[in-house]
Amino acid sequence: MKFWQSYRMRWRRKWAKMRAWRKHFGLSPVVDRTAAIKPGDVLLFCTLRDEHIRLPYFLKYYRDMGVDHFLIVDNDSTDGSGDYLADQPDVSLWHTSGSYKRSRFGVDWLNWLQGQYAHGHWTLTVDPDELFVYPFCDTRPIRALTDWLDGSNVRSFGAMLLDMYPKGRLDAVPYRRGQDPIEIASWFDPGNYMIEKNRKFGNLWIQGGPRARVFFPDAPKKAPALNKIPLVKWNRRYAYVSSTHMLLPRGLNLVYDEWGGEAASGVLLHAKFLDTFTTKAEEEMGRQQHYRASLEYKAYVENLEKTPELWCKWSEKYINWLQLEILGLMSKGNWA
Amino acid sequence: MIHADLSIPAKTYKAFREALADLPDVRFSKRHRCEWGTWGLVSASQSAAQTMLDDFPDVRHVYLASGSCLPLRPVTELIDYLAQRPHTDFIESATTADVPWTVGGLDEERFTLRFPFSWRKNRFLFDKYVALQRAFGLKRRIPNGIVPHMGSQWWCLTRQTLSAILTDPERAIYDAYFRQVWIPDESYFQTLARQYSRNIESRSLTLSKFDYQGKPHIFYDDHLQLLRRSDCFVARKIWPHAHKLYDAFLTDSAHAMKKTEPNPGKIDRIFTKAVERRTRGRTGLYMQSRFPVETRENGLTSAQYSVFQGFSALFENFEPWLARATGTRVHGHLFAPERAEFSDGQTVMNGALSDSAALRDYNPRAFLASLIWNTRGERQCFQFSPADNQKINWDIAKDPNAQISVISGAWAVPLFKSNQNFCDIRREAARLQQIESKHLEILRSSWTKARVRIWTMAEFIEAPMEPLQTIIDEIGPMQNTRGLSEVPKMADLTGFGQFLQNLKNQGMHPYLMGNFPVAHEPHEAQTTSRKPYLVR
Repeated sequence: MKFWQSYRMRWRRKWAKMRAWRKHFGLSPVVDRTAAIKPGDVLLFCTLRDEHIRLPYFLKYYRDMGVDHFLIVDNDSTDGSGDYLADQPDVSLWHTSGSYKRSRFGVDWLNWLQGQYAHGHWTLTVDPDELFVYPFCDTRPIRALTDWLDGSNVRSFGAMLLDMYPKGRLDAVPYRRGQDPIEIASWFDPGNYMIEKNRKFGNLWIQGGPRARVFFPDAPKKAPALNKIPLVKWNRRYAYVSSTHMLLPRGLNLVYDEWGGEAASGVLLHAKFLDTFTTKAEEEMGRQQHYRASLEYKAYVENLEKTPELWCKWSEKYINWLQLEILGLMSKGNWA
Repeated sequence: MIHADLSIPAKTYKAFREALADLPDVRFSKRHRCEWGTWGLVSASQSAAQTMLDDFPDVRHVYLASGSCLPLRPVTELIDYLAQRPHTDFIESATTADVPWTVGGLDEERFTLRFPFSWRKNRFLFDKYVALQRAFGLKRRIPNGIVPHMGSQWWCLTRQTLSAILTDPERAIYDAYFRQVWIPDESYFQTLARQYSRNIESRSLTLSKFDYQGKPHIFYDDHLQLLRRSDCFVARKIWPHAHKLYDAFLTDSAHAMKKTEPNPGKIDRIFTKAVERRTRGRTGLYMQSRFPVETRENGLTSAQYSVFQGFSALFENFEPWLARATGTRVHGHLFAPERAEFSDGQTVMNGALSDSAALRDYNPRAFLASLIWNTRGERQCFQFSPADNQKINWDIAKDPNAQISVISGAWAVPLFKSNQNFCDIRREAARLQQIESKHLEILRSSWTKARVRIWTMAEFIEAPMEPLQTIIDEIGPMQNTRGLSEVPKMADLTGFGQFLQNLKNQGMHPYLMGNFPVAHEPHEAQTTSRKPYLVR
């Protein structure tokens, strides 16, 4: 890579850090338990708004996995998410009424908090509707994975976003608080993903899945990106550039192998398509706070009235990580 | 005998010592600073071994193990095993020429160059210094003509051999030499044991597997059954938090007295597979953590498939016929401009692959690779024509898994049958001919790896069954020992020669179909000669 390109990337990264600094004035701590973070702890960062119903399962899922501390930004929830989180012993909570869009969809806030608290820690950055799955996650805690990554000198770990959906209408089965959302949204598209390399940042750009198939069959370029790098051994110099799709410095984006082999990778089960989705989509349409002027939500609202079903004959029902590995959606790499 | 690394904080070490103070036969040896691949590891083993031999005169075998080793069988079994082999030294020891496991490209040179810089901490200086020595042809003499051997650093030596090594009058020379060898802990004892041992069994009693970067594989709770069945005495490395393993193996007091030999075959296979997955991956799979650059795919697709160009134009019922004759999945024109024509008119295919032309054309290569990957185990056939999206041509041509059969010029048959104005037909014919001739150029290029067969249409219809039989035999043995029982129905070509002549008369020169006489007979002859009296 040419020198001036590296230099531009450096400025890009500085710019992201600068934005994070500017946006941090809008963050006010509600409960700060970060003093309890011990060296070697695995941290989870998350931004959310009105996700109370999902939180009990979300916290349980990641606690069982071995996450030690949650650092959460509450973007002005009105459904009691804030109070609920403030009561949790392993959660540190910040509140902001700033614009989600103008903080680059939460990236600025989290970059700031990560710079402050995540230095030297393995850091998982996920949304409340994303459930992280990695090889052997049913038998080995996340600490086993991060120790192994440390031992292999790997600093970042990729996990593709896998859209999960129910069979039948999205609103047919109501989601109950504390329930595993995958019980309802248990289906996914096993093999219709398209990958391109992003030459500028070095990451892969993955599109496809049910959203491309149903919502964007005529405009594939607009289909949402599914590549994510949620697990990073954080350093205060690092910055997420666009959601958790890519990072700087660029070396962190090389979570794949280019010489024919398979690097280890995981999957983020994306339990977005529950009965809560329809109301959320309408609300978000009104707020216009999402990526590309809520284009995605617009496509959902229009299409879901016509085709209320994402399920098709070739959808696959989720069983476990091993199934995803056999299908080729994730890989054990050389972890055995 | 315990050696604790000098880099452990004094407080931790003290607490550790105190915790073990009640055990009379545990001793602590002189502490050295141990870093991966450095002399410290050897001097630590030397001091510990010396103290061991001095303090415990009854000891016959000394077993070197590390903190992340775990005994898998009761220690009494190991004692019995060694007692039956009182003069055997268990130490993996091979000459550099004979082993493939060196990482970093240094095998013989690790004994003939000097390595004062740490590979882990000062990689730059390490590499530069190696390069410098190579450039000046600097070489060290190996003392006393010893033959360097290498092997796993986890050995089990007899008192005789070990004491001979430690009390050797030349030891100072050897130590000075090995101090600057690279990774001396894998060669010091391995080399010197060869000098003294009466009976070397060149294998380690410690089960330890390495991955492709030379890092040891790690065992976790879910390896419990695997480790139990391996019958190895000691395994490493164990993940420090694998509590189930520690609980299971360290509390095993059942003195089962198995006399079995260690048998790590299954573990070997699992780890070998893991390394292969990491280095070669699954052929034909493109995914978030496997995205090979061109030429490193080791196969563009995961299975063989067939592409037919011109066949469905020439034969009326080609697709169902092919499906019956070969038992494969036969699609229409997968790259047709309107939609991907999946078999049986399906709109979604295996893997939830959509038939949307826009999605397909967005990344045709991903589309094809996904289809072949998703249908592993079932051979795919599809039709292709110059009217289809041509962006995929190079990818298919370069794919050794593709079997491409082309009847050139057959695209003219649908035009011939169509009800369009002749000037439109002429324009379309000129366009398709140009596209097909470009495609044929690709198929005939030296980059093409697919199995390609090209016939001109005239050639093909002279004797259609023979090429069909060849293609189908190649696709696979299904029921073709008897030959084809059924023949696809060829389109009626009466007047086709005249049609081509008309195109020529309009100034368009159709050449890809070969030479058709204006009044073309063979096909008509075939149809008229059908024997009407034959009832089944």
